[in-house]
Amino acid sequence: MTPVIETRDLNVHFGGVHATRDVNFKVAEAELRCVIGPNGAGKSTFFKLLTGQVKPTSGQILFRGEDISNMKPHEPGRLGIGIKTQVPSLFNGLSVWENVWLSARSVNTAEQSERITRRTLERVGMTAYRDTTAGLLAHGLRQWVEIGVVIAAEPPLILLDEPAAGMSDAEVARTAELILEINRQHALIVVEHDMNFIRMIAKKVTVLHQGAIIKEDTPDRIMSDPLVQQIYLGKKPH
Amino acid sequence: MELALVIVIQVLYAVATLFIISAGLAVIFGMMKVINLAHGEFMMLGAYATIGAIRLGLNLWVAMFVVAPIAVGLVGVVLERLVIRRLYGRMVDTMLATWGLSLLLIGIVTSIAGDTTAGVSAPLGSFSIGAYSLSGYIPVVIAVAIALALAIRWVLMRTQLGLIARGTMQNPDMANALGVSPSLVYSVTFAVGAALSGLAGGLLAPITGVVPTMGAAFVAKAFITVIGGGPAILAGLVGASALFGAINQLATFATTPVIGEVALLAAAIVMLRLLPQGITGRFFKGSL
Amino acid sequence: MNRFAKSWMSAALSLAIGIAMMLVLPGVLDDYTLIQVTIYAVMSILGVSLGFIWGFGGILCFGQAAFFGLGAYTYAIAVMNMGDSTGPFLLAIAVPALFAMILGYVIFYGRLSDVYMGVITLTVTLILFNLINSTAGPEWKIGSAPLGGFNGIPAIPTLNVPGHPNDVLSPKDLFDLTFVCLLVVYLGLRMLISSKIGRVIIAAKENEQRVLLLGYDARVYKLFSFTLGGAIAGLAGCLFANWGAFTSPTIFGLAQSAQIIIWVIVGGLGTLVGPIVGCVAIQWLTTQIGTQQMFNSNLVLGTILVVFVLLVPRGIVPTLGSLGEWAFGRMRRRKASSTTAAAQAETAPAMAATERAT
Repeated sequence: MTPVIETRDLNVHFGGVHATRDVNFKVAEAELRCVIGPNGAGKSTFFKLLTGQVKPTSGQILFRGEDISNMKPHEPGRLGIGIKTQVPSLFNGLSVWENVWLSARSVNTAEQSERITRRTLERVGMTAYRDTTAGLLAHGLRQWVEIGVVIAAEPPLILLDEPAAGMSDAEVARTAELILEINRQHALIVVEHDMNFIRMIAKKVTVLHQGAIIKEDTPDRIMSDPLVQQIYLGKKPH
Repeated sequence: MELALVIVIQVLYAVATLFIISAGLAVIFGMMKVINLAHGEFMMLGAYATIGAIRLGLNLWVAMFVVAPIAVGLVGVVLERLVIRRLYGRMVDTMLATWGLSLLLIGIVTSIAGDTTAGVSAPLGSFSIGAYSLSGYIPVVIAVAIALALAIRWVLMRTQLGLIARGTMQNPDMANALGVSPSLVYSVTFAVGAALSGLAGGLLAPITGVVPTMGAAFVAKAFITVIGGGPAILAGLVGASALFGAINQLATFATTPVIGEVALLAAAIVMLRLLPQGITGRFFKGSL
Repeated sequence: MNRFAKSWMSAALSLAIGIAMMLVLPGVLDDYTLIQVTIYAVMSILGVSLGFIWGFGGILCFGQAAFFGLGAYTYAIAVMNMGDSTGPFLLAIAVPALFAMILGYVIFYGRLSDVYMGVITLTVTLILFNLINSTAGPEWKIGSAPLGGFNGIPAIPTLNVPGHPNDVLSPKDLFDLTFVCLLVVYLGLRMLISSKIGRVIIAAKENEQRVLLLGYDARVYKLFSFTLGGAIAGLAGCLFANWGAFTSPTIFGLAQSAQIIIWVIVGGLGTLVGPIVGCVAIQWLTTQIGTQQMFNSNLVLGTILVVFVLLVPRGIVPTLGSLGEWAFGRMRRRKASSTTAAAQAETAPAMAATERAT
């Protein structure tokens, strides 16, 4: 089966920094994968490679078998990759409804878009706020609107960069629920810091360190791995 | 042979002129990221200040190098406090407000001085190279440009003021922590930029007709030179002036002065298409 | 934009006022004043073109006068060569549009910062000014139309009824035509704004990165807006050339470009009616200033621009609109506070929800 997304020997150099090293990464259709790593591990760079914001120095990125290594900025969205960046990025001057509608409309007709927008708002629990200007919402609500914007276009692959950042415990739990529900029909790659959150959602975790993948396994095995513990906590393996 | 020498001198002159008229703008835009559309009017004020000082009996050179910069520098301080400082960070609003200021200044000067052309004749007569006769003012302009470039470099690199200015531009919070008031630095920088523009206006007074609307001829060229130069203030200015000044002058030789102007502006647009960050966005990165 | 402004009610209202003016004014005004009103309408079309690309497309063009001038000059040159004015009318719209498309391509596809847009468009206008200004000699002509340099092109033949070159439009006909164009442009842009294309254009102005991530190529949408703005400005230019039967290089000047920007800022950025209001207000003011000696028009316009940028950044129409909403809201709240306690209890949870949202 073709993986929904795959990287082969992916490398990125910034000046003297080897930010991404020989990364061979595969995610299957409808899989949920978490990517973790300490600060400076290259998570953001890797994320930006997958979204086309950074071009690889060498290697390939394949989306459902198609080479997308040198995409223009608007192409990932068009191909079916939904992206939620670390800093919430919405149309602050538009209403919640309009934000989601624009996403739905990018792949559907006008009549379908009405229906899909309504349904998406229900899925993320933001129906009550449909006419609120997005810029006025609290942080947690903005994150959910943005998730709504991403899923409205029904992309086969969704990339989330720190979706639980800045949320209260209740909001984090709700977000985890939402992600698992989305995962029933879409592949997801979640880049995260918060270990608790990862345990709520992940079946397989990829650990990055200094730009390279050092381990891929279930959350429990990752957490008890001495090498991972060392790079995260500075503990020496004994 | 003599023709070649004359051409070289004329090109140097064009480059020097472009450098001088852009220097004030480069300081203000490069250091503060403020797009000052009243730049041409600062030059105009410098020209009028020079003429006024000469009418009052002062020596031409004193009028040009002392009175003009100081007068316009003061105007700069006032405008910075009243208008510019309320719009920091809002680039578009700054452009619009400075455009308003430019109209305002033209209006004020027109009301006071009328809109007939004033002028002062170029000093130092002329000199000959073979069969060609050139204005003696040309070497003065070239010399001033070189001196200005060296002076800017010296101030930025060797003086405390320059260091503080460079540091504040990079990191206003650090400046605060070090006991330096960023707003004072901004005021001084804007005033210096204005003074340089005033100097340019004074310097050009003998060779252009001085009217309240004279600034318009310079603002586009100055801007395109500053933007084309890129983030490094001095290196960018030198590079862009050299490139555009040469193109301007050579095109003028080949065709007409109007085409020469058009060539300069068109070349700048082409260059920005190729190097969106300006010359020093790609070459000589990290220099002053 | 508040909800009233976005609703069809406000569009219908504006349209109704426009149609009413068009039908009523010729009956009550003398020919001279009618001609004055016509120029206000022509300039309003120009103002709306900038108001659209700037307020909705986020494109700050300092050289909208370039397209205006190109429209005027294209019409003048074409009609002097072609006789019947139908072709020239269409050319006057097409040539500026084409120019805008090429310029837009260079700027939007060249990854240039939006800030440089202002300076570059200003520069282009100056290039045009310099070029046309220097064409004074008799050798400068296109076909049988002399370019005239700084003297301009006088005695431009007026538009005629399509197909009948001798059936020339009267001042009243020109008034009607101009008003129809203004209303068509207004209605057309209103409809565009509510369509998918319009929504993407507005979204791209709000957050270009987000629009790209959604899969829309923002560059194409910007290019479309900019080209449309150029076409509309060209239309205004053509009507202007007809109004005065004259055009000169000052149409490409900084003063003209500055005026258009002032109209939009004073009237209200982000609305279509705002630029019309601002245009009429400033044009009227400029005529008044012309009749007295004390204040120079540059002085007044410059002061207005500075004051508005500092103190009334949103312009007249949105500010009035907000005041209206505020006053309306107070009236409603006064009514609500006289209802029963039960009704008040009902509104409390809704208010709590709003508090959580902010």
